[in-house]
Formats: sequence, structure tokens, C-alpha cells
Amino acid sequence: MKGKPLASIVSAGLSKFGKIDGLYARELFAEAAKEAYERCPNLDPKRDIKALFIGHMGESYEHQGHTGATAADWAGLLHVPATRTEAACCSSGVALKAAVYAVASGLCDVVMVGGVEKMTHRSTPEVTEFLAMASDFPFEQWHGITFPGLFALMATAHMHKYGTTEKQMAQIAVKNHYNGSLNPKAQMQKEITLEQALSSRVVAWPLKLYDCSLITDGASCLILTKPELAKRYTDAPVHIIGSGQASDTIGMYEREEFTSIRAAKLAAKTAYEMAGLTPSDIDVAEVHDCFTIAEIIAYEDLGFCRPGEGGRMAENGETALKGRIPVNTSGGLKAKGHPVGATGTAQAYEIYLQLTGQAEKRQVADAEIGLTHNVGGSGATATVHIYRRG
Amino acid sequence: MSAQSSSFTIEQFYKAISQKKLIGGKCRKCGKIHMPPRPLCDSCLSKEFDWVELPKTGKLLTYTVIHVAPTQFQTMAPYAVGIVQLENGVKIPGMIKETPLDKIKVGMPLTLEFEECQQTQQWPQWPRYHFKPA
Ligand SMILES: [Zn+2]
Repeated sequence: MKGKPLASIVSAGLSKFGKIDGLYARELFAEAAKEAYERCPNLDPKRDIKALFIGHMGESYEHQGHTGATAADWAGLLHVPATRTEAACCSSGVALKAAVYAVASGLCDVVMVGGVEKMTHRSTPEVTEFLAMASDFPFEQWHGITFPGLFALMATAHMHKYGTTEKQMAQIAVKNHYNGSLNPKAQMQKEITLEQALSSRVVAWPLKLYDCSLITDGASCLILTKPELAKRYTDAPVHIIGSGQASDTIGMYEREEFTSIRAAKLAAKTAYEMAGLTPSDIDVAEVHDCFTIAEIIAYEDLGFCRPGEGGRMAENGETALKGRIPVNTSGGLKAKGHPVGATGTAQAYEIYLQLTGQAEKRQVADAEIGLTHNVGGSGATATVHIYRRG
Repeated sequence: MSAQSSSFTIEQFYKAISQKKLIGGKCRKCGKIHMPPRPLCDSCLSKEFDWVELPKTGKLLTYTVIHVAPTQFQTMAPYAVGIVQLENGVKIPGMIKETPLDKIKVGMPLTLEFEECQQTQQWPQWPRYHFKPA
């Protein structure tokens, strides 16, 4: 049945995002778990939570793998089946998909799903190297193509084909920094001007510093249950009614086109079909703005506008907080921050706040339907989830 | 596994590059040309291939100029990289050298140039190549 809830979010937690000195990944995750437990007094975590799914990209940062068991232990869930998922920046997007499978299959009544990354204690060249592992090694990394470089290749192609401008990309940064200024958990809580964005130093032309997301420490989590059990835990659940995931070639160069992300289009198609909804039904969305061009492409891939019109959509303010369809009300990866493994479920955290009326200064009035769009690497993995206020 | 089916690999591609040859694996069943070669055709699942030499010229589909480079490439920055579509349709990414950066344009014709092998002890020891104006 279309629009039938697959699983319900009954609580959510988010650590502060930013440069969090002195806390390791497991401790950041405990912060997120603590908030989720406090929001949901009817939940007895040790008794009720039957499994943990956690997204985490890089063991290089802390010389620490085996994140599933470690995170379960630090979240006070010792001995639950704990599974770590890795899909670069989409690591917790796929964890969420796995958690939906666990609940919708009937195998688990309640699960925790989340993500974590601790990045800022390493130098920028080290982080650049670790992030590059999300792309193809023998043909992309080996020939000097960086991670921003891949999105710069998409930006050049988009500019060439559709006339998208550097100014339109900068407008995404200005919007997301404004939203971040309203989010007490965002890494960057200050507004920027168009001039600042356009005059920032070049990272990979045409992308400049303010076109790039941040290096961030942070963790996020959600508590998911079967829809029929949701009211046991909260009066205000958020139902997941669409869950799409798709993959594509690891090498971006092998794809048919560089102006859209096919895995995201496929994931969106699945999610819209499950939900029985169309793009015009979406009230609020969190999309994967790892680079400003990625948000422009996301508008097109999600059907918020036609291919090639994403730049104009940004320019017209249609996705601003008071626009037709507010996007990245949290500040996005650009201003809230991008602890890569935590990003997918951090997006879901923002939608949970929006659909339960808890988003404070950045609340979208009467938001009933939300969407998250999470992309791994240059698009070899993508997930799209659709949510409805319970 | 037969020696033949296991030989259509990335390792063999780079071995050919070190001999200044650009090669791909052509599927005997559906005709798809793979760069890199792979042991299983992603289109028709065939395991039978023939080696084919790829054209070294093509046109630039998209490019970027990298300013913030990884440690290994820092001394070269700023440098250009792009994705080139060869005359037979196969796409290959690579650096674009031997041209001023501001002369690089989408659609420009480029040709592949093999570089001299560097001697290192560390994995991987893949030789490099780059593109230059045709
Ligand atoms: Zn074939």
C-alpha cells in the first residue's frame, strides 16, 4: 500500500557539531544517544532496543575500526547486535535503510540507527587523503583528482551544459550559512555575504572555499520502531513512508553524464513510489550539499525543478527558509557541518524536528512531509527517505 | 579460474601502460569495450574478452583546476585534470599538461602521452600518463 509507514521515528539525538576537542567518536556517539534517551522517557533503552546500525566512514582518523560494537557499548547497549555500515558520506543513509529493513521485516520492534565521525584532530592534507578514499583509487586518486575535484568536474559540466554560474552556487552557500546561524548545534553559526563567498580562495576551480562543506566532529541517532508500537513511546512520531537506495560506478568517469547523480535519481524514484507522493508534496528537505553544486544538482535529481534549472531555483530564493520548498534548514553540510558518517541520520534528525514542530527559529510552518537526500562519494551510493508527520 | 579470464585486470592495463600501450578489454559476446578491463562484463556477464588497442586521441568532456592538492601532488598545484572521451567513446580521466591552464576548454581535442616510469618500492607502482593538446 502506498504511503504505508515502514517504520516510525520516536526519538532522535544529535551531538554538537564542530571542532569538539577531547571527545572521541564513541564519546560523541554517547552524546547523541543521551539526547535520544532523554527525549523519550517511555523508552527503556536496555530493555527495548534490539539492534544498532551505525554509519562510520574512516578508521584512519582514530586508528579505530569495529565501530558497531564500540558505539553500542558507549551508548549503553552492550550485547545488542551492532552493525557498522560504510558508504563514504552516505554511511548513515545506508544504516537508516538497513534499520528500516530490520523494523519493516518484523524482526526487530525497536532499533537505534545513527552515525559518527571524528575528523578535526587530523591535519587538512590527512583529511583530504582519507576523504579521497570515497573515490576510485587506480584512475581518479592516482591521477591527482581530489574529492572537491570530482564535484568541480560536475560543476564545469553543469556550467557548460546549462549556463549555471559561480554566483548561483555562491547563493547556496549564503542561504545555508543563514540557516546555520539559526541552528545552535551548527558548526558555523554566522551569515556570509555573496561577495565573501565569491572572493574566497579557489579549492578546485570553479569551486571555492565557501562552495565546500566543513571538516567536522559529530554524531547523530534516531530511535525507530514499528508504526503500530510508536504511540507506546511518543504522542508525536514521524513515520518513514519511503526508503530508496541505489548504487553506481565507483569511477565517476564511467558514467553517462556528469550533470546529475543517477543513484540519487533512482533512490528518489523508489522513495516517491513507496510514499505515493510527488516532488510537489514535499514541505521541507535536507539534501547532500557537500559542495554547493551538489545542492543544485539535488534539486534537479529530486524533481524540485527541471534539469538545468537548479541554479535559477537557488537564485530565486525558492529554497530559502521562507521559500516555496525550504532546503537545508539546518544549515546543511555547508554550515551545520559534515562529519561524514553522521550526516545521513543528522539530516533525518532535522526533519524529525521540523515535522514535530521543534525546529525553533528555523521552523517551517505546517511542515507535514519531509525528505532527506544523502550521497556517498561522487554518487556511487545514494539514499532518499520520505517522512510524514504522525 | 583460467589464466585468460583472470588476465583482464587493472594490473594488466597498467602493465601495458608501462610498455606505452593503451589497451582495453572487448567483450566477445556484446562488444562492449572496458577501460579498465574487467574479468566479468557488466553488461552481459560474459567472461570472454579480447584485448583491443584504444585510440589515444579524444575530446575533453569536463575539467577542473586543482589548487588544494593532496600531499603527493602539492608541488604541482595548481594543475588541471579532466575526463576525456576517446574517439571510440571510451572515457578516461587524467591530468592535462603541456598547455597554459587558461587555454583549457571543454570540447578541446587532446591526446594521451605516456610518462617515464618512476622507481618506487611501495605499492602501487602504476605508471602514469597525461593528456596534452592534440
Ligand atoms: Zn558483454
